[in-house]
Amino acid sequence: MTRRLIAIGGLWLLLLGILAVRAPNFFAPENLRDMAITNAPALVVSIGMTLVILAGEIDVSIGSQFAVLSVVAGILAKSGLPLPMVAFGTLASGAVLGSVNGLLVTAMGIPSIVATLAAMAFWREFLRWTTQGAWVEGIPATFQWMGLGQTGGELAIVGSAAILFAVATWVTGNLKLGRAVYAVGSRRESARLAGIPVSGVTFGVFALMGAFTALAAFLDTVRFTQVQSSAGVGLELKAISAVVIGGTSITGGKGSLWGTLMGVVVLAAIAPALTFLGVNAFWEKAIQGAIILAAVVMERAAMKGDRAHAR
Amino acid sequence: MEGCRSTTEYNRALLLEAKRIEKSYGGVRALRQVSFGLLAGEVHALVGENGAGKSTLIRVLTGAVAADGGSVILDGRPITDNSPHRSRELGIAAIYQQPAIFPDLTVAENIALANETGGLFQLLRRGERIRRATELLESIGAEIDPKRDAGTLTMPEQQLVEIAKALGGKVRVLILDEPTASLTERETGRLFEIIRKLRSEGTGIIYISHRLEELPLIADRITVLRDGETISTSGATEMNTRDLIRLMAGRELSAVFPKREVPIGGTAFEVNGVSSAVAGISGITFAIRRGEILGFAGLVGAGRTQLAETIYGIFPADSGEVRLDGEGLSIRNPGDAIRSGIAYVPEDRRSHGVAGELPVRANMTLSILDRVSNGPALDENAERLIAGNWISSLQVKTDGMDERAGSLSGGNQQKVAIARALATGPRVLIVDEPTQGIDVGAKAECHRIMCDMAAKGVAVMMISSELAEILGMSDRVAVMRGGRIAGILERGQATAESILALALGESNQ
Repeated sequence: MTRRLIAIGGLWLLLLGILAVRAPNFFAPENLRDMAITNAPALVVSIGMTLVILAGEIDVSIGSQFAVLSVVAGILAKSGLPLPMVAFGTLASGAVLGSVNGLLVTAMGIPSIVATLAAMAFWREFLRWTTQGAWVEGIPATFQWMGLGQTGGELAIVGSAAILFAVATWVTGNLKLGRAVYAVGSRRESARLAGIPVSGVTFGVFALMGAFTALAAFLDTVRFTQVQSSAGVGLELKAISAVVIGGTSITGGKGSLWGTLMGVVVLAAIAPALTFLGVNAFWEKAIQGAIILAAVVMERAAMKGDRAHAR
Repeated sequence: MEGCRSTTEYNRALLLEAKRIEKSYGGVRALRQVSFGLLAGEVHALVGENGAGKSTLIRVLTGAVAADGGSVILDGRPITDNSPHRSRELGIAAIYQQPAIFPDLTVAENIALANETGGLFQLLRRGERIRRATELLESIGAEIDPKRDAGTLTMPEQQLVEIAKALGGKVRVLILDEPTASLTERETGRLFEIIRKLRSEGTGIIYISHRLEELPLIADRITVLRDGETISTSGATEMNTRDLIRLMAGRELSAVFPKREVPIGGTAFEVNGVSSAVAGISGITFAIRRGEILGFAGLVGAGRTQLAETIYGIFPADSGEVRLDGEGLSIRNPGDAIRSGIAYVPEDRRSHGVAGELPVRANMTLSILDRVSNGPALDENAERLIAGNWISSLQVKTDGMDERAGSLSGGNQQKVAIARALATGPRVLIVDEPTQGIDVGAKAECHRIMCDMAAKGVAVMMISSELAEILGMSDRVAVMRGGRIAGILERGQATAESILALALGESNQ
């Protein structure tokens, strides 16, 4: 896995190198700041996705959840609730949405890809029906940037993501909870026989995923005066891509949040880099795909190397 | 009967011959110079206890595994490059105890898949398939609608479909692996009629069964395998079941497993009348004393693992009680079992025993996370201390405790699984096939560990399909059959023969 990170890091530095020569403006402070702010929510959901994937599950409903939760945040803000209450209400709603997924998977025994695919379609259509496509507008100015002014708000957004990352990294590495997530993802049956409450852990990662999606939606909403009801399309793919690029095994049990951070950073650089290099933005997804493929191929090669070494 | 034996010379010809077949898995020799001949128009039964090498021999004949030495000869010509596909082309078909059907395809499609030789782009002709399937099913007297989904058939019906599948090609050799295990008497009778019909047409049939009493009814000759060797081949009427059991059990079992005698204390663990419909066990009653090793013998499928998993809280018990040191236990999941003082080392360490991606140390402490943490936070030093102790006391060979458990050898993975169980400080230790597939050295060490635990006063429940291990290690032996305990033998009474007789349900012992 470290080998994979080195390889990805190498690719990334290469990209930065090209940018440094061809488009040094990429490194302008405003651009870097923009990138950090727009990608802080992506990092937040990718952290949740890492936990879900480490536990051997997947959640493709977070894009739709993100849209629902953005609208929830917008409505709560508009209703004039104090900011902490808006934040709490959004996070609680997210935890509820995540818990629904968790229950579908643990209590009903539905494979997570199916359960969350259903949730993805359901929440998106639910939102389309209830809002009739209307945006939430007229969010009070006190809500903007969490009332801290633009610079303070921006710092708060990036800071929240950074703090969450630090806490999540510490938890996965140092708490029983983190150990349990890895054990369940590595081998469910072994974990169960070892006395780990497998269903509880699985439910927990989905609930957390929902809460993290809510935090991301909240951090995104405070930047604007209105909320689109079509937000978050493709967010799940972005998060899964970041996790996979970061070396976390898609079948669970292996990986790290540092890898995911790397994945988010690499993905974040692609779109602006294309703009700066004057390449058509249509290439973004293709390049994203190529990077994922390269990451997986490199992992395969490294695994073969390990096996040869073990013999 | 006589009439059908004395048909043409062709029928008496040697059809299939296995010559000095040799096969090892890892360090374990599964087949040693096994030779076996099948005549055309003969039903040749193959018997032997668990692990005698029957399945391996079948796998070699059907090309599912490659033999390390020896040759398989069909019609006087050695089969080279054997593979399941090649053996099928040559007319060797096998039907296993668990029918290998595709439940979501229709009967006709199941039969067609096994027999149509065209490539992936062959045009499908549905009508033709159904006609062909109907024909084949009729030829064995099976009344099954070929348009039904195969998954909706009963077990015996599925078996008939399997036979129809096998007959679809030009079958010369038909291998039946415990075909009657799930059949009623009437269904068995039907199957025997089909087998006799095939025999009269010159097909050679290899018949594997644990039901020794049915062999004189169907078999012409019987070959006994033991420890991967051919012990004898004789006419089916020349042997009674007792002779067969004696041959299957055979060998002197002695110093292979140096059991250490330890003082045995009072009753520690009691299981009273435990039944579980889901697990398929009923009325299980036994007790284990402190320091005692109670061996659990029985055929594969007798319900031993299911019993262990019921005690451990994986399957729900419908009735009965489990007591430890006189105190009734309420166990609803493995966590409860561990907290109550019961530890379990599961059978299949690769899929149940260790979490391969986690390091050795994490595996060892997986059941005692509370003991290696302060509140919710893991204490890595405590973990390293505990893991280090287990690595040295069980002599686990690793590149260090941070190595991935999955990259260890089988024997060392097993030790990690044992360490995980022992770390909980159990008063009852359940081990399921503790030494299956591990090398001799690691095996001896696993036995030493079990003796050590017994010496510390732990009650040990040891499930094993290896008779030598059961006899060598157990203070008493419980024999299971069909989800029940068929009998519990004192050390003095336990012999390979008495165990096999109970396991096979042979009453005139």
